[in-house]
Amino acid sequence: MIRLENVTKQFGVVKAVDQVNLHITPGEFLVLIGPSGCGKTTTMKMINRLIDPSAGRILIKGKDISAEDPIQLRRQIGYAIQEIGLLPHMTIADNIALVPRLLKWPKKKQRQRVEELLEMVGLDAATFMHKYPRQLSGGQRQRVGVARALAVDPPIMLMDEPFGALDPITREQMQDEFIKLQEQVKKTIVFVTHDMDEALKFADRVAIMNHGKIIQCDSPEMILRRPANKFVRDFVGSDHTLKQLSLIKVKEAMITDIDTLHPDNTIAQAKELFKRGSSNIVVVAKTGEAIGYINREDLNKTPEDRFVSEITVNSISTVASDKTLKDALTVMLKNDAGYIAVSDENRKPVGLITSSRLRQIVSEPRLNSREEQ
Amino acid sequence: MQYILQNPGTVLKLTLEHIQISLISVAVSIVIGVVIGIILTRIKILQGPVLGLAGVLYTIPSLALFAMLIPFFGLGLKPTVFALILYSQLAIIRNTVSGIETIDPSIIEVAEGMGMTGWQKLFLVELPLGLPVIMAGVRMVTVMAIGVATIASYISAGGLGDLIFLGMQTVDLNVIFAGALPLIILALGADRILVLLQRKLERWREDLPSTGLVKEG
Repeated sequence: MIRLENVTKQFGVVKAVDQVNLHITPGEFLVLIGPSGCGKTTTMKMINRLIDPSAGRILIKGKDISAEDPIQLRRQIGYAIQEIGLLPHMTIADNIALVPRLLKWPKKKQRQRVEELLEMVGLDAATFMHKYPRQLSGGQRQRVGVARALAVDPPIMLMDEPFGALDPITREQMQDEFIKLQEQVKKTIVFVTHDMDEALKFADRVAIMNHGKIIQCDSPEMILRRPANKFVRDFVGSDHTLKQLSLIKVKEAMITDIDTLHPDNTIAQAKELFKRGSSNIVVVAKTGEAIGYINREDLNKTPEDRFVSEITVNSISTVASDKTLKDALTVMLKNDAGYIAVSDENRKPVGLITSSRLRQIVSEPRLNSREEQ
Repeated sequence: MQYILQNPGTVLKLTLEHIQISLISVAVSIVIGVVIGIILTRIKILQGPVLGLAGVLYTIPSLALFAMLIPFFGLGLKPTVFALILYSQLAIIRNTVSGIETIDPSIIEVAEGMGMTGWQKLFLVELPLGLPVIMAGVRMVTVMAIGVATIASYISAGGLGDLIFLGMQTVDLNVIFAGALPLIILALGADRILVLLQRKLERWREDLPSTGLVKEG
């Protein structure tokens, strides 16, 4: 889709980008990351010819872009930068319809597209269309920015720290929504950030840059597992163990062999389960939700004709199966729990995460990559 | 007040003349100044010399400038308008340049990144966003033109200056007042109209909760 061949950009004597080679495949989410001044933004801006390379060439769908009209080229590439990129003197509708307007779409089609896009990014069209950017919150403006970049449904999107100016909570929320959006729209995305967590969250591949060169371009797992050199290792940070956890979904790592009991089951039934080798028993309500657990000590002390409800420890935290292990760990730490239940979308318990399971995972020599799942 | 009441026709005629002089010179000044200003944002190397020249022109005393123009334009409206245009250039050019150049660079980049042509960028982004600063220049120039046009009465340009100078020669306060009152109303009124116009053009700033930003004027 996008191919950079020996691309170099020199500003005076400084090589901002130095012999960069990259091949970005259709539908790929590539993150360019590195310390400031590493050339990541310059690399991105050469793709829509906001900057022209000093040497080397860039091909999009096999065509050398230096031969193309930059104006036409840019109209075919979605572009989003930090939320300030909205034009303050234009309404939200005018901002979103900007490229359609430049391409002279009929008025009616422009309006339809605006409504469609606002809905897609979760904003009520009637409420927001006629507002000005300043009347929106940071998160709302950022949604508009994404909507605008998607306006003419370009196959390629360039994004330069689009979530950078948001507060951490809003940013997290936007990132999650953006992942869902990308699953729908399947764009080829080149995304610039300096935030490693953000990179790991989004990327199919991460290209780590320093002094204009790509130091390592690899999947998030490989970046964490096999950093190419000390720079990458340092850049990823000492908390890379924790970062690994954020790459693994709870459902991929949970202990699935669990048994469930209802509060009105008898102790005899519970003992029977243990005898059959069950070690993980979750007590569930009639509605199917996990409400607690029982432990063997209590079980052995209790007469067999009593009920499970009497020995249930009524505190068990749950985490959704599509969350990451980092989320699971957060829940465990917050509740001071040694283990937590994993629930599916119907809130039914489907597994368990225990602290020993987490330890086992981070010490495993190799992770199952997401592709293999 | 007496003179105005006795000669309403004369006062009205001179007021209209005054408006005519000011209006023509301000209108032409805006066109020339904004165009030069835009050119200066594209060819930055010219900024120093052009703004320097406009600055020098601005410092010439008005009476001297009027006098110097007589050999070329004779007496009357033409040298007056020409002089007022020269005076106006500094404020309009400078404000156009700074209005455009102080726009957040990321906004310009977005405009380019979305595939705007140079003209589209100018008309859809740079001029609308530079407008507050440009308008500040226009307001300054308008009030100045109304004031300086008074002096142009010396070179037979007409206008309310006629009454003021007549009053001064005959030491008739009534006549001076008949010239000065409409002049003050004219200056304040013109400024007010421009403020209202500016607000209309800048609805996007008006609409925000009061930040004190728009309450000038």
